[in-house]
Amino acid sequence: MDTRGFVTCITIVAESIVESRLLEGLTASGARGWTITPARGSGPKHQGMSEIEGGSIRVEVLASATVADRIWQLLREDYFANYSIAAWEYPVQVDRAERYCDPAPPR
Amino acid sequence: MSWDLVATNIASVPVLAFLLGVLAAGLKADLRLPDAVYQATSMYLLLAIGLKGGVALRESSLTEVAGPVAATLVLGVIVPVLAFVILRVLTRLGPVDRGALAAHYGSTSLVTFTAALVFLDASDISYEGYVATLLTILEIPGILVGLLLAGRAMSGGDKRGWSEALREVLLGRSVLLLAGGLVIGYLAGPNGYASVEPFFGGLFTGVLALFLLEMGVLAGRRLGALREAGWGLPVFAIAFPILAGTLGIVGGLVAGMSTGGAMVLGVLTASASYIAAPAAVRLALPEANPGISLTASLGITFPFNLVIGIPLYLLIAEWLAGIL
Repeated sequence: MDTRGFVTCITIVAESIVESRLLEGLTASGARGWTITPARGSGPKHQGMSEIEGGSIRVEVLASATVADRIWQLLREDYFANYSIAAWEYPVQVDRAERYCDPAPPR
Repeated sequence: MSWDLVATNIASVPVLAFLLGVLAAGLKADLRLPDAVYQATSMYLLLAIGLKGGVALRESSLTEVAGPVAATLVLGVIVPVLAFVILRVLTRLGPVDRGALAAHYGSTSLVTFTAALVFLDASDISYEGYVATLLTILEIPGILVGLLLAGRAMSGGDKRGWSEALREVLLGRSVLLLAGGLVIGYLAGPNGYASVEPFFGGLFTGVLALFLLEMGVLAGRRLGALREAGWGLPVFAIAFPILAGTLGIVGGLVAGMSTGGAMVLGVLTASASYIAAPAAVRLALPEANPGISLTASLGITFPFNLVIGIPLYLLIAEWLAGIL
């Protein structure tokens, strides 16, 4: 029996200083989990202080389309204006897709 | 005499390692420490400073320490306010960026402080051992005053950013390790410290050299941004530390510290934070341009203080000690 299904993968690259705030926001948006890896790079505006402490982080979240929309809204309202943030999404096929889909509304 | 001091300072391994890092940055060579090593050396330095300071604090009396502590607290408020006002004269920066810079210059640099102690030890000049307590104290108020000065200019303000910044300042690694080290050193005393002295004392200058190599690379990378900064910022980044350093020396001497001790307090007030303050500012004042503050504190003030400032502040302290 094929238990695969499609979910949305959102990838966010951000200054590490906003890590706790971002993870709280992802939880509040309904994300069930995430994976964080260290990152470095340069963006169009050369913002951020990533060279001194902590560098950047790359956060990947597997979520339903509804939760992905909430996460985009969060990024637009709280992050894009003032922090070095890049984000992108694409559909991914996973096993047991229901693990990543949040039926509950955000706080 | 004065050039001997400068030469002694520059010829030390830590300062030469810093200059090597700056050179490497200029040559675009890859000399960065692995991140884990950088974090470990940073923690080592913070804990080592705290431990030694705590041991010294145990051997000092309350009356001996009270005056310098009070002077430090007062300077922690005066210096960022002065920076905020002087920047208005020298630059065209808005109040948010000026507040961010005030937060950086109101706080202090552990590494500059450490280099000053190494310099005094090499020059056989004594200083009060509890100066690490003054370092720990000065880490906090300057940042908060700078943020407040900028916050007044902002309408509304992000409460969440402020509480995060407050948490970062009070519970960040710098303050926790320094304060924790002070407590541990105080409780363990000289006998307890003796067992770890080979590690936290014996290896200290070598680890500092490694850390300064990394800081040299980071500072060197900032030098390129100087061109965009205009003339006001570099002038501030060199002249203000001399002014703030002199105020610190006066405060130390008036509070009854020795010449060496007053010089260290001057180094504390002359130095600018580029680790604790940038993190707090980034959370509380996201509109501030981090490039400006870092170019000033790390690209200009830190190298200036390290190479020229440290011997200069000793000269000022010796001169003022003769007058006051």
